[in-house]
Amino acid sequence: MRFTKDHEWVVVQGDIATVGITAYAAEQLGDVVFVEVPEAGKTVKQGDGLAVVESVKAASDVYAPVSGEVVEGNAELSDTPETVNALPESGGWFAKIKLSNPAEVDALMDRDAYEAFLSTL
Amino acid sequence: MSMNNVGRPTRPEAANDAPVAHETLTGARGLLQDEALIFERDGWNKTGVDLPEAAAPSSDLAGLLRSEPIGLPGLSEPEAVRHYVRLSQKNHAIDLALYPLGSCTMKHNPRLNEKMARLPGFSDIHPLQPTSTVQGALQLMDRLAHWLKTLTGMPAVALSPKAGAHGELCGLLAIRAAHEAAGNGHRKTVLAPTSAHGTNPATAAFVGYTVVEIAQTEDGRVDLKDLESKLGDHVAAIMVTNPNTCGLFERDVVEIARLTHAAGAYFYCDGANFNAIVGRVRPGDLGVDAMHINLHKTFSTPHGGGGPGAGPVVLSEALAPFAPTPWLVHDGDGFDLVEHAGEASAETAFGRMSAFHGQMGMYVRAYAYMLSHGADGLKQAAEDAVLNANYIKARLKDVMSPAFPEGPCMHEALFDDSWLEGTGVTTLDFAKAMIDEGFHPMTMYFPLVVHGAMLIEPTETESRQELDRFVAALRALAGAAKAGDAERFKGAPFHAPLRRLDETQAARKPRLRWKPVAPAPLAAE
Repeated sequence: MRFTKDHEWVVVQGDIATVGITAYAAEQLGDVVFVEVPEAGKTVKQGDGLAVVESVKAASDVYAPVSGEVVEGNAELSDTPETVNALPESGGWFAKIKLSNPAEVDALMDRDAYEAFLSTL
Repeated sequence: MSMNNVGRPTRPEAANDAPVAHETLTGARGLLQDEALIFERDGWNKTGVDLPEAAAPSSDLAGLLRSEPIGLPGLSEPEAVRHYVRLSQKNHAIDLALYPLGSCTMKHNPRLNEKMARLPGFSDIHPLQPTSTVQGALQLMDRLAHWLKTLTGMPAVALSPKAGAHGELCGLLAIRAAHEAAGNGHRKTVLAPTSAHGTNPATAAFVGYTVVEIAQTEDGRVDLKDLESKLGDHVAAIMVTNPNTCGLFERDVVEIARLTHAAGAYFYCDGANFNAIVGRVRPGDLGVDAMHINLHKTFSTPHGGGGPGAGPVVLSEALAPFAPTPWLVHDGDGFDLVEHAGEASAETAFGRMSAFHGQMGMYVRAYAYMLSHGADGLKQAAEDAVLNANYIKARLKDVMSPAFPEGPCMHEALFDDSWLEGTGVTTLDFAKAMIDEGFHPMTMYFPLVVHGAMLIEPTETESRQELDRFVAALRALAGAAKAGDAERFKGAPFHAPLRRLDETQAARKPRLRWKPVAPAPLAAE
């Protein structure tokens, strides 16, 4: 699993990246009450707005940690946004993206680097 | 249960605790009347007033003349009155109980203000009347401007902005105009602290600026080092609230202003929390270049209700020439308005903020508040607001966790949710349970920099007795949360006309519904 400074995570299987927000982000947001995931077919560049997550506290954009074409958004989140809090780094995934530039993944932080980054916040 | 001699419970809460034998048959509950939407009422053929038939109408509209009914409900006067009174009973109001919504300054709206605002010389005038016929109203605007300039120590004020965010827009447009006039149009960045009101970055973005956050220190203030590192030739302005949204005075505000000016930028102060310092601190002395004043907060005019509000903006010497029209001027013949940018004495105005002159009704109310309090009364109001907030902080700090325990707060007591850890109760649940106790919830989850924030602003309105009642209720709730009574919170509110609503879906996917009764056809000609 790889991480961004905006608290997104990426897991790559083949050329498909599954993307979500980290446990830290979910905890900071508080109870998630709404998630808008992208539709399949949407093309995103790294850093583009990918999804919207709204908690009791704030509405935030989730940025695409990698470039590519969305092949699936996690439709279940519209009915059960609380999954983002319960299983942020597994069942609460936001989208699957077909990588157009796999090298981007390597430049992201690994778990140790991300945790070191968190300790500076 | 103790009963009186006719067998009724003597304490209303005893009645609430009694088991409910059955739901009511009508939907109404005692003093709480069930109420349909106004369009669902069966009454299209009624009217509350008996008007004579109009004389044979002649119209030049030809084919544009309406032939279908417009679908307005018909109500008799008592029906109309009851409808709105019943709706008002379903909501909380400052006229009902303490309304501790932090950063909103929900203070009492004195009834004297209302009486003054209804004087026909203020309420029955039209913005297009010749100025010679509204000299009294213009004089009141001039006096209000004088008070606002005096209280803030600033040389100019634009009265016309309609609210706080509109005032921010006015201030930033003046700043942009000043930069452009000086050939500094390349400055495109606005700095704002992480604890800023959401309107600050929104306004800056709306004006076309890029927003960069300023970090906050451990004790909840602007981090000077971080500010200094982010200032530069690209920065147009900083936007800082003082006292800030953590309810703390920015101790280094003079240095903030100095650094900002040294970098060639302007200092916009968000005046939302001006109530805490009126009569004690003049923002002009701190180096502020522009600040909006929410008349509905600091100067006791109503929040909403009755039309747009008023958010005048005071401006420094440097920004005053760019103030939007209309400009109020007076000479030997009395008061007059300069309406257009570019006219004599408004050559450099950046434009205008609204079609007319602003909200006269709010001007009158605010001015009535100033005159009835006097300079000493305004100062005491600020001091009492701060005292009340500190009283709440002191009385709750052993059961809740102050976000910044060191030192006094200003007009707001800020708590985080660390004291709720392990209880299963969240800030949201706790806020909803306050409704059951008869209080409006405090501001929650703001400022964003404090985890599970609870921002309590009692204002000077409340007496010691009312503060004690509020404190007792919160202490009891805190005790219940820590004792493991999570159910009381998860399901709250239990005693409101409606239970907990899905506020997100209501905003994201509103389900608009009414079942209109078929409107009556228009009367035959």
